[in-house]
Formats: sequence, structure tokens, C-alpha cells
Amino acid sequence: MSVKVLTANRLTDGEAVWLGANGEWLDHIDGALVARHAEAVAALEEAGKAAIKSNLVIDVNVIDVEERGTNLYPLRLRERIRQLGPTIRLDLGKQAEKTSANAA
Amino acid sequence: MYRYDEFDHAFVSARVEQFKDQVERRLAGELTEEQFRPLRLMNGVYLQLHAYMLRVAIPYGTLSGRQMHKLAHIARRYDRGYGHFTTRQNIQYNWPALSDMPAVLDELASVEMHALQTSGNCIRNVTADHFAGAAADEVADPRPYAEILRQWSSMHPEFSYLPRKFKIAVTGADRDRAAIQVHDIGLHLKKNEAGELGFAVYIGGGQGRTPMVAKKIRDFLPIEDLLTYTTAIVRVYNLHGRRDNKYKARIKILVHETGTEEITRQVEAEWQAIKDTDLKMPQQDVDAIDNYFRMPNLPQRPEGWSQLAISRKADPSFARWVDQNVTPHKNPDYGVVTISLKPIGGIPGDATDAQMDLVADIAEKFSNDEIRVSHEQNLVLPHVAIADLRIVYDLLLTDGLATANAGLITDIIACPGLDYCALANARSIPVAQRISERFGQPERQADIGELKIKISGCINACGHHHVGHIGILGVEKKGEELYQISLGGSGDEICTIGDITGRGFSSEEIVDAVETIVDRYLQVRTDKEENFLATYRRLGAAPFKDALYNETANAA
Repeated sequence: MSVKVLTANRLTDGEAVWLGANGEWLDHIDGALVARHAEAVAALEEAGKAAIKSNLVIDVNVIDVEERGTNLYPLRLRERIRQLGPTIRLDLGKQAEKTSANAA
Repeated sequence: MYRYDEFDHAFVSARVEQFKDQVERRLAGELTEEQFRPLRLMNGVYLQLHAYMLRVAIPYGTLSGRQMHKLAHIARRYDRGYGHFTTRQNIQYNWPALSDMPAVLDELASVEMHALQTSGNCIRNVTADHFAGAAADEVADPRPYAEILRQWSSMHPEFSYLPRKFKIAVTGADRDRAAIQVHDIGLHLKKNEAGELGFAVYIGGGQGRTPMVAKKIRDFLPIEDLLTYTTAIVRVYNLHGRRDNKYKARIKILVHETGTEEITRQVEAEWQAIKDTDLKMPQQDVDAIDNYFRMPNLPQRPEGWSQLAISRKADPSFARWVDQNVTPHKNPDYGVVTISLKPIGGIPGDATDAQMDLVADIAEKFSNDEIRVSHEQNLVLPHVAIADLRIVYDLLLTDGLATANAGLITDIIACPGLDYCALANARSIPVAQRISERFGQPERQADIGELKIKISGCINACGHHHVGHIGILGVEKKGEELYQISLGGSGDEICTIGDITGRGFSSEEIVDAVETIVDRYLQVRTDKEENFLATYRRLGAAPFKDALYNETANAA
């Protein structure tokens, strides 16, 4: 079933971020706050407006994701690429951080 | 090359200081994103999928070694060690932090560069033939006029808020290497029967969602009238261009809806009112700019020809590179070298900081300190002695810059696509990479001959797919990437918009589809001399559609 999370880009460096369950903006989609019904989605949208006002992020969007086991899988390719990095440069973006973290 | 005068320096420095203040205010929360966005765009700062992007102008594609070293330094210090050369003779950095932007612009200003007017509804970076000032077939160097237009259009108070962006391209040869007929204004510098220089003026060309070939509204405009006439065109556009619909706001729509005859009448009427005003260019002012672009004093190097013959014989790879990537120079002892940024399976237009430094070093030593950026996403060394070709080739070879494919099927234009771009619907680069790998074998490419593939990841057509001999447009359909093919497009002097073949192809199918088209071409061409475009123009789409769809149907 498709559920929603809130994503944006961080003001200072433009990095893709997701709103976490703890109210912080996270560098990775894992741990993002998941909205499963209309009220929760409305709350996400409100949180997005507040975040823009508080000047932390820009380009805030509610996106569709699927819960696959413990992972969140964005339905649109665009969002999957934002989540990982350019598909043609696996050494760049979040996928690279994850790889180097795994390697370490 | 043009050198900034006092005014240019003061102007660019003032803009850097202004933007520095704006960034500080944005980071401090004094400016909202809504207020800041137009300001950052005016300074070339976009937001992409993963980070901000900075687009730096390379006016008419001309760079010195020092400037290229600076671009390398910026890639290393503020980005991830590379930059992307674009179809508008710009370079884009994909990862800079907002807080670093003022420092980057400061660095650029120190080498007489900037990111002004690389976005927004203004007159954008003026582009030119990348072989300008060097090509044997050139009538006159178009860059002095591109520079005059740059100066005139920079922060032009009347033209800073046009209905939509506005792009001007200039060429100085009959062979159009600057795709002038798909620009808002295309200028073809030429001589009349009396031997005087002037321009054929085209307006209303463009790609995007409504591709149009420009209409010629003047066959010969004297040089002195360049700015008055251009002002008249942009003024008519500014007054009557549609502001109610972003998708109908370019001058091509105005020209199309008004009709060429009527728009020409309006431009001429406007021009009559201003043609003898301050913007009429005195010859001495033109000469002053022209001086910066004079052909360098190139020493005679006749020994090159015998050396070249020996080197060619000894090394077929070198011979192939010379045949494909070196074109005739005005001085017979010299050649114009295209440095392909399309290694087989590589990312079109990307160059690492080390590669940029290497090109800068080579240019300083072997190309009179000049480099050009082409709209085909390659680099050019405009003045290389035939006698130095071997050493230049060997140096390029050390960092993967000697791919012998200029103008061939693997010399693909591709926009950044969905791997980076916030506007894209599908990826472009991986498709280019797979096509390049499929056709990368040198003999196969050589047999296919000249064939321009151009790929865009959305309808905005930054990858020029409408004028690709084979054009590929990526779209999103039901959450999947789908690629539409068009055939027979061309951005040269016989400009045509490609014809869409029919239903699109999935990411898995698209490379096979291109191969099907190429194989059919090889079957139906009269001989090797008839290139893909000529064959398409002779036979039309039918044999290719038949190959694409009937065989697919049969296979299914």
C-alpha cells in the first residue's frame, strides 16, 4: 500500500532530506515519518509549511512511498534517484556514503 | 581574446558583492525563498535533485588556459572534482553549497568570468561557432559581434524581464556549426556582393515543446545596424510576446501566431524609429572589439606535413583521430582539434578537474592559449600546428581525451536528465552510455559515418533531440521511462525538425531500436558517401518505421 513521507532540500547545501519521526530533517529516507491516512498527510503538509517558514529547507513535497519490509521505497524513479544519487555515478550522492559506511 | 576593461571588472565585482549580501541575508532568514529564488537564478544558481547547481557562462565558448585552470580549481575545491559542459557553451557544477556560491563567483571574477544571465527571462549567454576565428571555411570571426551583443545585453534595463528566456547565436561560416536556426535570434555573418560584412537575420527558432525553425527576416543587415536591429526585434517581442502562458511565451510562438510578414513589418517599423540613434555602431568601436579577436601570429610550421605522414603510417589510432577530430584551419600549417568529451561508455560533456587542467596546459603550450567549448559538449583547441598534433594527441591520451569520434554515432549530445535535473522525466545519460558502448568499436563507427544522436530527458529539449539525425526524448509513462524517437532532424544550415517515428520504447528496448534504425540505414544507403541524414532525406521515414515496428510486430 502506498503511504506518504515529506521530503525537501536543505537550504544551506541543497541536499535531499526527509522529515523524521522525531521532527528532525534526516539525510536518509530511513526513519522518515510515514503518513498512513488523510489527517496524517495534512499534518505532513503543515509541517512542510512550518519548515519553509523556519528557513531550514526548500522545495518541500509530499511523496508516495511503499513500505517494503523495514524499508521505504519511493514510487517515482525521480524520488528513488534523489534518495540514492545519480545512477551513473555510484561514487556520488547518498549511495556513496552508504557504500563507504558499509565498507567501513 | 577579449579582456575586461575597467567597466567590466567593476560591473562583475559589484554583482558578486551584491549576491554575497543576498546569500548572507537568505541564510540568516532575512530573505524568504520566494524572494531569493529570482535573485539566485539571475546569478546562475539552480536547485537540482541532489544539490544546488551553478551554471557558469562561457561567452561564445571561448576560454583561455588560465580560465580553464580556474574552472578545474572550482571543480576540485567547491564541487566533486568535475564539471559538465552543456549545449549552450556553459559549464555546470552539480554539487556546490549555497554558502560557497559567493566565493565561487569571486574566483570566477578573478579570471573575467561570471554566471550572469545563465538563467531567468533575459538575454542568455550568446553562443557562437566553436571553430570561430580558426576554421578554414569561415567568412569572418563571429565572436566580436557576440561580444558586442554580450556587452549590450548584460543587465539591459529594458530586457531583464522578458516574457521568457532569449537566446542568440552567431555564426561566421556558411556551414552552420552554431545551430542558429533553432535560436530566438540567429545571426549569420557573411559578405555581400560588394564584399561588405553583414548579417542574415533569423528569428523565432527554438526547440522545447513547440519546435520551430527560425524565419529569415533580413538577408543582409549592415554591421553598424546590429544593435539597433536586435533592439527592435527584442522590443517587439517584449511588447507582444505572451506573458499569460509560460508555454507560449517564447518569440517563436509570437512569430508563428503573428506571421513572418507581419512580424517583419513590426520589427522594421520599430527599427526605422531607432536606426540612427546612439546604438548605431561606429566602425571604430567595432574595430576596437575586433582587435581582441585577431588571428594570432602563428609561425610557419611547414615541417608538420611530412611528420604527420610518418606518424599516421606508424599508428592507425592516431591516424583515425586526425581524420575524425582535426579539421582545416585558415593557416594550412595548423589544424583545429576537437577534444571529444564522449569517451566510449562515458558521460557526455563531463570533464574532471585533472582533465580540465590538462586541456589548459596543452592549450597554453600548443594552441595559442585558446580553448573553445562546443554546443556539442566537446572542447576545441583552435590553433594547433600540424607539427604538434602527435604530441598533443599523446598528451590527450594520458587522461582519456583522445577518443576519435567527433561527428560519429558515439559523439552523442545528452542533457543531464533525471540523474540530476529537477525538470527531467527520464534519464538521458545512461541511454547515451549504452548506445556509445553498442557502437563503440572504431571500425563500426567509421563505417556508419556521420550520425548525430541527441537525447533529452524532458520536453524542454536541452539535449537538442529535435535536431538530432536520430533524436531521443525521454518521457515518464505510468511511472516508467519511455523513449520517443525522431528521425531526420538537423541543426545545421539546412535546418529541420525531426519526425517522430511512432510509439516509444522502454529503457530496455531503446538501444536495440537505435541499432535497428542504423542497420536499416546501412542496408538502404546508396553507398558510404551517403550519410544517414542524406539517406533519410532521400527515402523519408517509411523504411525506418518499417524496420522499427513491423519487425517488432513480427518478432512479437
